[in-house]
Amino acid sequence: MMNSDTLSPRKQKSSNLAKPRAEMAGKNGALLEVKGLRIAYGGIQAVKGIDLHVAEGELVALIGSNGAGKTSTLKALAGILPPSTGQIQFDGKSLNSVPAHQRVVMGIALVPEGRGVFARLSVSENLLMGAYSRSDDSEIKEDLRRMYELFPRLVERRDQVAGTLSGGEQQMLAMARALMSRPRLLMLDEPSMGLAPLMVKKIFETIKEVAAQGMSILLVEQNARLALQVANRGYVMESGAIALSGESLLGNDAVRRAYLGG
Amino acid sequence: MAKLPKYILLLVVVLLPFAIDALLGRGWVRIVDFAMLYIMLALGLNIVVGYAGLLDLGYIAFFAVGAYCYALTGSPHLALAFPQLFPDGLHLSFLVVLPMAALLAGGMGVILGAPTLRLRGDYLAIVTLGFGEIIRIFMNNLNAPVNLTNGPQGISRIDPINIAGMSLNATQKIFGIALPSVHLYFYLFLTFAALVVFVSHRLERSRIGRAWMAIREDEVAASAMGINTRNLKLLAFAMGAAFGGVSGTLFAGFQGFVSPESFSLMESIMVLCMVVLGGMGHIYGVILGGLLLALMPEMLRHSVVPMQQALFGRIIIDPESLRMLLFGTALIAVMLYRPAGLWPSPVRRRELLTDEME
Repeated sequence: MMNSDTLSPRKQKSSNLAKPRAEMAGKNGALLEVKGLRIAYGGIQAVKGIDLHVAEGELVALIGSNGAGKTSTLKALAGILPPSTGQIQFDGKSLNSVPAHQRVVMGIALVPEGRGVFARLSVSENLLMGAYSRSDDSEIKEDLRRMYELFPRLVERRDQVAGTLSGGEQQMLAMARALMSRPRLLMLDEPSMGLAPLMVKKIFETIKEVAAQGMSILLVEQNARLALQVANRGYVMESGAIALSGESLLGNDAVRRAYLGG
Repeated sequence: MAKLPKYILLLVVVLLPFAIDALLGRGWVRIVDFAMLYIMLALGLNIVVGYAGLLDLGYIAFFAVGAYCYALTGSPHLALAFPQLFPDGLHLSFLVVLPMAALLAGGMGVILGAPTLRLRGDYLAIVTLGFGEIIRIFMNNLNAPVNLTNGPQGISRIDPINIAGMSLNATQKIFGIALPSVHLYFYLFLTFAALVVFVSHRLERSRIGRAWMAIREDEVAASAMGINTRNLKLLAFAMGAAFGGVSGTLFAGFQGFVSPESFSLMESIMVLCMVVLGGMGHIYGVILGGLLLALMPEMLRHSVVPMQQALFGRIIIDPESLRMLLFGTALIAVMLYRPAGLWPSPVRRRELLTDEME
């Protein structure tokens, strides 16, 4: 279906080229390392000092109820929301003073909550916007072809305005658009939101497929069961703090009671 | 658009002032000249509102900046403010002032844009509205302590535009054809309008243009695409403002007189209406909107007054008030029946059609 290099990370700058991956990544081999992240809106603390990490090639789920601070966390990681304190390290480098548009160049892609497709641009224009930070035209074309392979639904709609797609198609488009930047870390914010169960299943199958290609993924979800099923590891967020974390959250009693309905 | 061969279109446009002169009289050529200035303004605002989606209600301020730029540097006025420094006023050439005015207006655009980067929609509209008024009030009151703008009386005796030693304020013979002043200005404005159209067209299809449209559609997603939203929004303000400045400079040279009342809030709204009525984000639509709204009041003036004179022997309804009435009705009608404007861009039309089908 896809070549193994489909979702290969952006080519490293020449200075990094020779360094082996393990050395480039932070300690513990973490691609993303967050320490003591706090986010406040005015006087209200949305995120109260959380630690989390995502290792290379890992699919990590961040679950929790409405207003737990999941989206704020993702926005801070993408650079759209300034954190009040805390350290964010990506690939061993501090992101604290890196603006959002530079983080995309470094390899962080965000699929925003509510998908955020460019409604009045066509599907193919949306995808090309995803490659805005790149300038390798021939490879962009190649990636475009691969995206249509990964999401065949988008091929029929390529000249259609994105605002007229169904919710599920828009979610596919948003994911494909994010992948067009050749990220090393893909952050998904509530990909199941507002979608029909069948479509949710499809989207999650695609997420698994992308993860199987070796992409590191940070998945924020309210649908805890689904997220934990596909993830290697999970964090549970509760009113701005990490309440639980680990590998087998699906079997955890507390999680079961609070998020999985018994 | 281009079913007609391009050279026929060009020929028609070139002969237009002569045709209007012969059919309707010279006054109408002057009116068309003003319409061209409005088209330039509307196209400039289209960059800010149509492409980048930033609702700007104070756009006329940049027109004012350009106009006063030439009024100050191309008239005897500075002799009043600084008699020692400029005993005869500063009479800079139009071609020197033009880039200066564009730069200054662009700079003002950045000054307006910088504090409003986080604002969108209604809130941005309110701040820009305030900015437009501030500029106008400055022009109105900067006659003391140093008489910089001559206050509400405005600045008169502005040098006519002079290109290659040829004054545009007099009839000139070119290739044996006598071209009256209004014709000369027509061709000058036509050149600039064409330039603005060309730049808009190139911008629309460029990386910058696509980034603006992404910001218009969804700012969070745009910055997640690696778009530097701050710089690009500032650039939109600056480019739009620079076009406004150029248009203002032309206006000052053409009219020979500027005063703050030409730059009221109503004018900003007028230009915005041209953009919205014609078709936001669509160059030809905006040109159509500018042309219609600039010509409509004049047509009214020339039809309503004689009609009332003939019917009642006196004027019952003042054409000015009738103008606002018709204008409002036209806007409501457009919003109801053609919400994307009279001549929307193909994409926008497609989207609205699909909306209706759902």
